[in-house]
Amino acid sequence: MQTEIVIAGFGGQGVLFAGQLLAYAAMDSGMETTWIPSYGPEMRGGTANCTVIVADEEIGAPVVRNPQAVIAMNRPSLDKYEPLIKPGGVLVVNSSMVDRTPERDDIIVVTIPGNEIAEELGSRRLTNMVLLGGLLKALPVLPLEAIEKALAEHLPERHKKLLPQNYQALRAGANYEQEAFV
Amino acid sequence: MARELWKGNNAIAEAAVRAGLQAYFGYPITPQTELLEYLSWRMPELGRAFVQAESELGAVNMVYGAACTGARVMSSSSSPGVSLMMEGLSYLAGTELPAVLVDVMRGGPGLGNIAPAQGDYNQIVHGGGHGDYNMLVLAPSSVQEAVDLTYISFDLAEKYRVVTVVLLDGSIGQMMEPAEMPEMRPVRRLPEEAPEWAVTGAMGRQRRVLSSIYLQPPEEEEANLRILKRWQQVIANEVRCKTYYMEDARFAVVGFGSAGRVALSAVRAARAEGIPVGLVRPITLNPFPEKILQQYAGQVESMLVVEMSAGQMLEDVRRVVQGRVPVELCARLGGIMPLPDEVLDAIRSLARGEATLEGHPRDRWLQRMSLLY
Repeated sequence: MQTEIVIAGFGGQGVLFAGQLLAYAAMDSGMETTWIPSYGPEMRGGTANCTVIVADEEIGAPVVRNPQAVIAMNRPSLDKYEPLIKPGGVLVVNSSMVDRTPERDDIIVVTIPGNEIAEELGSRRLTNMVLLGGLLKALPVLPLEAIEKALAEHLPERHKKLLPQNYQALRAGANYEQEAFV
Repeated sequence: MARELWKGNNAIAEAAVRAGLQAYFGYPITPQTELLEYLSWRMPELGRAFVQAESELGAVNMVYGAACTGARVMSSSSSPGVSLMMEGLSYLAGTELPAVLVDVMRGGPGLGNIAPAQGDYNQIVHGGGHGDYNMLVLAPSSVQEAVDLTYISFDLAEKYRVVTVVLLDGSIGQMMEPAEMPEMRPVRRLPEEAPEWAVTGAMGRQRRVLSSIYLQPPEEEEANLRILKRWQQVIANEVRCKTYYMEDARFAVVGFGSAGRVALSAVRAARAEGIPVGLVRPITLNPFPEKILQQYAGQVESMLVVEMSAGQMLEDVRRVVQGRVPVELCARLGGIMPLPDEVLDAIRSLARGEATLEGHPRDRWLQRMSLLY
């Protein structure tokens, strides 16, 4: 069994780090995992994405055509990945950066105004954590606590003071969705 | 030691350090650069030699010189840079020196692009430099395997006095996976622990000469035979290969590195559909796992080669299988990694009995590719 997650957005939105965090959490939970970035000649503000696979056996292809879940941080990512998600999969959309509603009705769609929530918590740079929280609420591939533990262990030392804010952002994303489902 | 999340390029660098790497010479090129960057601080930190050369030509010839001293030496590059090193690799082979080269392949020919590819297969596996020689080629398909193979690559190079190439594509260099690092070995003390052929200064002993020049043809022939005899030992002892689901397989997929991983996903999907298919993933490309493929040629109805090059490994599989079963091709080129569903389609075609000994599999594959462009 494996779960494929694509995180896509503009460079600088924390797409690659959010994916690494998932991979750290999966590894620390004793699972197999791969993290692979799109590593073309990109620049800040250009598009960036990574694929994370979490599995209970040796992982084959590091990239798949139809992922189980996608976090779309911006409009180009939504347009590119919405049609590709497996039926029954999960799409998390950062509605702050997207001016249309998703069209698929055979997947779980989670819409979160990530930028606004992050700004309320003190920094727009927390947007990736808000959306990651939202993803894990809808796709319980790993518990939120595993992500928090990975943050505590793998966040660079100079950023450790931001840990509480990151925890808050993860929870805010997860809780936002809880309300929306009710 | 606990598993850590390592980027492929960094993991190879650290594994080389732990294998006792004493001197590294290289030149930056994507998608390999992190390897050099990592060693640029790691090697000085340990009091070992790191040189960013003026070019790949400089780097490979520094490797040549340093290898003469009996030190554990390495270089790394990506496809266009490796092309520049071919002369030096032939000289290393002609001088019977051990060294390790990492080639993180990218799209080509020419400058190509920086995306993952396997187009260097023929250049590395069948020798891109001149003269009669072989390089021992190790092809990891994961970060852990890249660590494990890099760690033993120096021992292999020294045991057989060959250049060992760790051959991977950009995706394995760039991806992160959990890996466990082997223990740190002590570095070789020089000249005290130098191999018996190394040049260490001839004070008080017969001088040794390391060279690849033999102006008298009989001497050159003798050297060639000596090199070949050592290579025969490599063939006898060092073939490595991993198989998946082959016990009851009626169809076999053959692929290495990233293509092998993609094939593994496709094989699992095909098994879920009830197709009795397995995977043979060569880990050494030279020596090639000939016996095991010959054995499976007697078991399966047909084979499928999956590669990120235009049927380069296909020809080796066809040579080994010798027409006993049809061998078809599923390939993507130019920096494109095939997706599992493309390979699955090709496996389904085998299962429908569409593989044939007629004509050449590359023609059929080209015909399918013409639907794309």
